[in-house]
Amino acid sequence: MILNQFLILAAALFAFGIYGLLVRRNIVLILLSVELMLTAVNINFIAFESVFRSSDAIGQVFTIFIITVAAAEVGIGLAIVLMIFRNRKSANVDDLRLMRY
Amino acid sequence: MQSGFLILAQEAHEIQAGDGGWWADTAGIMLVLPLGAFLLILAVGKRMKYDGGEIAIGALAINAVWASVLMVLNMTEGVLTQTTFVIGRIGSGLVFELGWIVDGLSILMYFLVSVVGLLVFIYAVGYMKGDRRVPWFFAAFSLFAGSMLVLVGAPNLVQMIIGWEGVGLASYLLIGFYWEDIANVKAGNKAFLVNKVADVGLVLGAIILALAVGSFDFFDINEAAISGNAELGAVAVVGALLLFFGAMGKSAVFPLHIWLPDAMAGPTPVSALMHAATMVTAGVYLMARMFPLYQNMAQEARTPMIVLGAITLFGVGLLALVAKDIKRLLAYSTVSQLGYMMTAIAAGGYTASMFHLFTHAFFKALLFLCAGSVIHAVHSNNMSDMGGLRKYMPRTYWTWIAGSLALAGVGLSGFWSKDEILSTVGNEGYQFVMWVAIAGAFVTAFYMARATALTFHGSYKGQREPHESPSVMTVPLILLAIPTVFAGLLNIPGFSWPAIGNFTEWLAVRIVPMGDHHAESIDWLIAGIGLLAAVAGIAVGWAIFSKDRDRQEDRDLFEIPVFYPLFRRGYYIDDVALGVVGATNGPIARFVDWTNTHILDAIVNGVGMAVKHLGGFVYGVIDQRGVDGVVHGVSAAADGAGSVLRKMQTGRVQQYAASFVAGALILVVVFVFVL
Repeated sequence: MILNQFLILAAALFAFGIYGLLVRRNIVLILLSVELMLTAVNINFIAFESVFRSSDAIGQVFTIFIITVAAAEVGIGLAIVLMIFRNRKSANVDDLRLMRY
Repeated sequence: MQSGFLILAQEAHEIQAGDGGWWADTAGIMLVLPLGAFLLILAVGKRMKYDGGEIAIGALAINAVWASVLMVLNMTEGVLTQTTFVIGRIGSGLVFELGWIVDGLSILMYFLVSVVGLLVFIYAVGYMKGDRRVPWFFAAFSLFAGSMLVLVGAPNLVQMIIGWEGVGLASYLLIGFYWEDIANVKAGNKAFLVNKVADVGLVLGAIILALAVGSFDFFDINEAAISGNAELGAVAVVGALLLFFGAMGKSAVFPLHIWLPDAMAGPTPVSALMHAATMVTAGVYLMARMFPLYQNMAQEARTPMIVLGAITLFGVGLLALVAKDIKRLLAYSTVSQLGYMMTAIAAGGYTASMFHLFTHAFFKALLFLCAGSVIHAVHSNNMSDMGGLRKYMPRTYWTWIAGSLALAGVGLSGFWSKDEILSTVGNEGYQFVMWVAIAGAFVTAFYMARATALTFHGSYKGQREPHESPSVMTVPLILLAIPTVFAGLLNIPGFSWPAIGNFTEWLAVRIVPMGDHHAESIDWLIAGIGLLAAVAGIAVGWAIFSKDRDRQEDRDLFEIPVFYPLFRRGYYIDDVALGVVGATNGPIARFVDWTNTHILDAIVNGVGMAVKHLGGFVYGVIDQRGVDGVVHGVSAAADGAGSVLRKMQTGRVQQYAASFVAGALILVVVFVFVL
């Protein structure tokens, strides 16, 4: 039952990610939580790949793809955070409520 | 009674006629040329040397040559064709066609209109020189001649009505040509209105006959009349009388003659053309064209025609005795001569009538042009300003004498044609009418003697030294004098010229052969009586009027107590007409006004109010509440929904994320547990 342990780990990581996303007020930590959720997804891909062994290694391809996108996303995200922090001296999402009605 | 008379119907079927070849096939060009000249003169007349006169003359010169060729063809071999083009359909079954008929009768009219018209046009170039609006004059003059050609070329009643109205329009324009003077405008209006009254008869008659026969074509109607078509027989008398009523207007038959003397208001060439060839002959031509209808079917219609014709030839002739205006005198004389033609044709004298029309066209055009020449010289229409012009205007004088003798029926062309009318009427059994016509001949000679004496003899009473007219005016006079003298020889009863035959034979070439009673030999007794009456008229007139006195008024003493005022006022017909119109106008106008105010306006106002209320309802209820309500409701709903839903836009990112997660969870639950 090696697959179940991977899946439980991934679910736990995903749950931590959601928790962090909803609870943390620091933007950097929220970004980290998003990364946790992506990692959980990656673990799922790898786990299923290792069990079902598709011929073209689609699970691994997707994992690499997600890591690449996540790296780019974090790069852009941190750049935005940096600019926000420079302008507003704060990285707290509660302070960023300009886009409302 | 029929001795010496020949009924043509029996031999009519043996008439040999050619088709006239190219000249007849394309004769329609003659109908179009003057109308084209009308448009062309309007466009470029002002820029031409003779103000467009050369265009008008050119068009008519071509026509004159053309008509002469047809005339000669008809004399030698006979020409008989009809060309029609279907233009459209009227209702079910009736066809509207345009085209041209080429037979003896219409060739005669083409010839008269073109040749007399050409001479009058040439004369007009001299007469109108330096006058007002000369290009417009020539344009309308061309329209006049062209409309007449359309009329006489018509193969059916519809085209004839078109030409008929065209002639009416052109005459209206020309009579009121000097419109700066209100009297001339009124004369034009009078001519137009009197003719319109008569036109109602023509149109109604045409419709009645066409509906009965099923065709507007002269051929079909006349053929039906000869073959005794029962449907036509039922309406023949009514239709024939209505057509005659139409002819009364154009041909100035009593009591619708009242417009013709007033029509003198136009320039003299207009009068000459109108009295000779173009307008007044239209009615006689219509009668001649429809002759089989009157001869074979609608005999009952002939009695009123003869009565009115006799009244016209004698009664209106008397009016010329007291006319002061030389043109008015000639106008009354024209009416009188038209009375002769109508009487003759009503009595069955188709040839006699058309022959008189033929000779009359020449000598009456001549007389009018002479009168115009005189007027040109003395600058007055009144004979009281004339006198003694014989010495100053020899050419005009001698041509006038020729015309007067012809009109009086002494020797020249008028003698032959008038004699033929007298003998035809007498031989048809209308003895009384014949004596009236002989009395009319006396009156004619009498007033022509008066006109000649007052105008050309005695001493000159005018102010300015008169002078002979230029050659452009006198040459047409001389040219017209030739047929005035000799045309009568074309139809000596019982005599046929070698190679060309005689007038009777030319006229007998018709699409529908018909019976015509005409003299086969000269009736010396009637001819002698007619000539005697004319000579007596001249003698009496000369005895009364020729003596010279100091004032023209003293010379013109012809005041029979009761009759003189009666004549001067033209039997009070104008007054009666005006009185009737005036008396009925008021009540009719008031009635119409009342109807208008109380009934028509009420209807109009009612409809208006209804529409207004309907509009108010549409605006207030349907538009404001219905349509606008929906529109406003939609926008209010959108507004309300927006103001509720926008509260979701808090700007808190984590709230959005929570919603997102919740949504995802719901989807998971649905996918896993429900589906």
